[in-house]
Amino acid sequence: MTEFDAATAAVQAALDAGARYADARVMHRRYESMTARNGDVEELTQDESIGLGVRALVGASWGFHAVPDLSDAAARDAGRRATRTAMASARVPGPPVDLVPVEAVTASWASGCQIDPLGVPLSDKGDLLVDATRTMAEHGADLAEGLYQIWDTAKWFVSSEGHRIDQRIRECGGGISATSIGDGETQRRSWPSYRGQYGTTGWELVESLDLAAHAAQIAEESRALLTAPQCPAGETDLILGGEQLALQIHESVGHAIELDRILGWEAAFAGTSWLDLAQLGSLRYGSELMNITIDPTIPGALGSFGFDDEGSPAVKRDAVRDGRWVGVLAGRDSAAMASLDYGGSVRADGWARLPMVRMTNVGLEPGPHTLEEIIAATDDGVLMDLNRSWSIDDKRLNFQFGCEVGWEIKKGRRGRMLRNPTYTGIGPLFWRSMDMLSGETVSWGTPNCGKGQPGQIGHTGHPAAPARFRNVRVGVSA
Amino acid sequence: MTELELAGQVVELVRRLGGPAAQAEAVVTRADLALTRFANSGIHQNVSESTVGVRLRVHVDGRTAAGGGSVVTADGLSALVERTLTAARLCPPDQGWPGLTAPVPMPQAPPVDEATAQAEPDQRADRVGAFVAAAGGLSTAGYCRTAHRSSAFANSAGHSAYGRSVEAAMDGIARRDGADGVARRSADRLSDLDGAELGAQAAAKAQAAADPVELPPGHYEVVFEPAAVADLLQNLSFYGFNGKRYNERQSFAEPGAAQFDRAVTVVDDPLGGSGLPFDAEGTGRGALTLVEAGTTRAVAHDRRTAAEAGTESTGHAVAGGATWGPMPRNLRLSGAAAGPASAAGRSTTGAAAGAVVDADTAALVAGVRRGLLVTDLWYTRVLDPRSLVVTGLTRNGVWLIEDGTVVRAVRDLRFTESYPRALGPGAVLGLGARAVRQPDRVDGAWWAAPSLRLASWHFTGGASG
Repeated sequence: MTEFDAATAAVQAALDAGARYADARVMHRRYESMTARNGDVEELTQDESIGLGVRALVGASWGFHAVPDLSDAAARDAGRRATRTAMASARVPGPPVDLVPVEAVTASWASGCQIDPLGVPLSDKGDLLVDATRTMAEHGADLAEGLYQIWDTAKWFVSSEGHRIDQRIRECGGGISATSIGDGETQRRSWPSYRGQYGTTGWELVESLDLAAHAAQIAEESRALLTAPQCPAGETDLILGGEQLALQIHESVGHAIELDRILGWEAAFAGTSWLDLAQLGSLRYGSELMNITIDPTIPGALGSFGFDDEGSPAVKRDAVRDGRWVGVLAGRDSAAMASLDYGGSVRADGWARLPMVRMTNVGLEPGPHTLEEIIAATDDGVLMDLNRSWSIDDKRLNFQFGCEVGWEIKKGRRGRMLRNPTYTGIGPLFWRSMDMLSGETVSWGTPNCGKGQPGQIGHTGHPAAPARFRNVRVGVSA
Repeated sequence: MTELELAGQVVELVRRLGGPAAQAEAVVTRADLALTRFANSGIHQNVSESTVGVRLRVHVDGRTAAGGGSVVTADGLSALVERTLTAARLCPPDQGWPGLTAPVPMPQAPPVDEATAQAEPDQRADRVGAFVAAAGGLSTAGYCRTAHRSSAFANSAGHSAYGRSVEAAMDGIARRDGADGVARRSADRLSDLDGAELGAQAAAKAQAAADPVELPPGHYEVVFEPAAVADLLQNLSFYGFNGKRYNERQSFAEPGAAQFDRAVTVVDDPLGGSGLPFDAEGTGRGALTLVEAGTTRAVAHDRRTAAEAGTESTGHAVAGGATWGPMPRNLRLSGAAAGPASAAGRSTTGAAAGAVVDADTAALVAGVRRGLLVTDLWYTRVLDPRSLVVTGLTRNGVWLIEDGTVVRAVRDLRFTESYPRALGPGAVLGLGARAVRQPDRVDGAWWAAPSLRLASWHFTGGASG
C-alpha cells in the first residue's frame, strides 16, 4: 500500500461516513540535530516519524484525526473518526464554511539541495561544532554552544476534490553562540544568529556560514559586553541589523496579517490582530519604503514550498505595497469567510497536526541604501543586532525586543559597544518611522514559530536588510 | 504488544546488535490526545490523535546517541536501533555519561480516571457548549482537551517501569468590546471541569473589563490571580530551578540562601496530580521542595546534571534534556493558611463588579491602598537568565485598586521585572489560601498557585507605547 493509497483510503472513508469534503496528508519526516558545548558533543538525536492526518468537513464543522499507521484499516478508521469528530463539532456550530476554489492537480515538487545534509558524515558535522565551540571556549566564553538541525520531509496529499501531490522538502541550518557570565548577569553573542540560520537547502548552507571563522570574535565580544556601558534609556534613531529586522517583521507584520487571527480564530491563545479587514487596501502600515511580500517561491528560503498543505500552489503576493496594507496570509476556509479569493498559506507541523494559517516567506523587498550609508547618515543613534528577547501583545501592536549587542552611533560613525540594548514601540508607528532601508537582503529562517492548540512549530522565512527608524524608545530595563 | 513489551524488545535489540556491553534505555508511549477548540462562540477546530512513540538512548564504546520513531513494527524498531547505534559509534567520547538507573521500586502514581482516558468528542463539545451558553451572549473562544498516556520504560541494567496519566483542561475567554475575561483549569478528571462555571466567570470578568483607562508606567503594588502566578512559576522553573542552567551558573538559584520572601514555599509535585511515576531515565518521580519558607532548597536534576553537581537525580529527566536541562513542570506555590474572606463583598462594586472571582483574591485586594489587580501575563520573555529579568504584558483583565476596592478597568501594560527580586524577602504582602491548578500548553505539566500580592511590579509601558 503506497502513501497515496493510504491517504486516498482515509479520504474515502471520511466521505463515506458523511463528510462533504476531506483531505489527508501522509508525512514521513527524518530529523537530526546535534548540540555541542565547550568542545564536546552534548547531544545527538535522530528521529523518524511516519503517519497520516485526515481532515473532514461536515456541514460547517471540521474534524481531524491522526494515526501513525498507514495500513488500509487504520487509514479508513482515521477517516471515519475525523468525520465523527466533525459531527461532534456541530453541537456548537460556527458560521457556514466554504472553500475558495483551487485547481485539483497531480504534481510533484522538491526543494533544492546540493549536499544531502543527512548524507554528510556525522563525524564531519560533529567536528564542525566541536572545533567551533572549543575555539569560543579558548577565547573567553564561559559557555560555548553550537547546534545544527536537519529535517527531511516527504509529503503525500490527497483531497476529495482530486488533488494528488507529493513533495520533498529538505531543510537544515545551524549556528554558534558564546555566553560570558558576570556578577548577576550574562552576555551572549551568536553567529549568524542565536540557534542559527536555516533554509530549504542542503548542507551547503551550513558550510557557507563558516562557523569556525567567527568563533573567536563572538567569544571575545561576549566577554567584552560584560564591561561595556549600558545602552542608554531614551528616544533616539535606531538602526537594526537584518537578523533583528527579520524577527521584527515576523512578529509585527507576519503574525498580524494572518487571516485566522484577524477573524478571531486564535483569540484565546495566540491572539487577534490590530488589523481590520475593512481597511485592507487602504490602511497605511508603514513608510513608503515598506514593501512586504508573501513569497513561498524564494529558492532556499525556509518558508518555501511547491504547494501548501491544502494543495494550493505557491504564489508570490504583496502584503504591504508602498507602505499600504494590501494582502493577508490565508487558507481556503478563512479566505472564503473574508470574501477573498486566495489561500495558499496553510501548513501543518507534521502528520498529527491540523493544517492552519502559517507564514511562508514574509519579508521586505530591498531598499536603496547600504548599512554603511545608513550609519554615515545618522548623527546620533544606536545600532542593534541579533535578537536576544522578543515580546509582543496579543494584537501585535506593542512590542519590546532585546538584542545581543548595540553600538553607539555618533556623527555618522560606529562607536562603543553597548550592553543590554532593548527597544520598544507600537507596530504601525514604528514602521511609519522607517526612513532608510538597505538592499543587503538575507532570507533569514525562523524554525521555531509557535502557534495553535495543540501547539505547532512552524518554519518561516524573512527576507530582511538593515534599516533605520526615527525616534524610537530604547534602553528599557527592570 | 504492550508498551512494556515493546520497550523490552528495543533494549534486547540493542544488546543483540550492539553487543553485551552496549547500554540502552527505551521509553515507549501510546497517547490519545484530543482538543476541541472554539472561537466566535463556535467549534472551529476539533482534533484528536492516537499515536505511539519510541525514545531510545544508547551508550556504546563510551559514546552516546539518542533516537526516536513512530514505527513499532519489527523492522521499524530494528531500523531505529541500528541507526542509533551507528550514530553513537561516530560520536566523540561522552565524558559525562552518568550510567543507567539501577532497578528500584517505583512510587505509586494516582489512579487514572478511565472516563477521562476514554472521553469522546461529544463530551468535550458539550463542555464547550456550556461555556458558550454561560457567557450570556458574549463572544467566546478557547478549548477543552483530554489526554491519556500509557508509557513504559526499560533499560539494559534490568530496570523497567510502567505507568499511565490523564489530564483534562479547559481554557476560555469571553469578549466584550475588545475586553477579555478568562477562566482556566487543569484537572485529573474531565468531570471536574464545569464549562458553565468557567464560562460565567470569564463573562463576569469581561464585563468588568469594559471601558479601560490607560495608566502611566511605573512601580505598582499588584495582586496577581492564579493565571498570572502560573507564569512566574513557569519562568522560575525553566530558568532557575533547572539543574543544567544551575551547573552553568546561568541560574539565580543558590540553595541554602534566603532568596525569596518567607511566605514563599514552592514544591514540584508531579504525583500530586495524575502523572507518570518515572522520568525519561527511569528515575522515580516525587515531591521536591524547591523553596521552603523563602529559602532556596534545591534545583531539579537528571542523572547527567546530578553527576556534574555531585548529587543524585531528582527524577526530572526529559527527552532532549542534555540540551535543555531538567525542568520541574508540576509546581505548586503553597497558599497561606485559610484566612477571613469577609472582604469579598466590598472589593467588587460598581462597574468593576465581576473583576474579583474568589474570596482569596478579594481578601488580598482589600489590603491594597493603591495598586493593580492582574489576571494573566502574556508573551513573557527573558532578557537575562541569571537575574531572570523578564518582559511581557498583562492580558485578560487589569483593574485599578484604591483603598481596598477595585474601582475601574485599566488597559494592558508592559512590564520589565526581575522575577526573583519581585518575590524577594519582604516583597510578598499576601498569598491566597487555595491553589488553583492552571494548565500548561502541553498536557502533563501544570502550575498550581493561589492569588499573590506583591509590594512592587515594574510596568515599563502602556498599551500605546
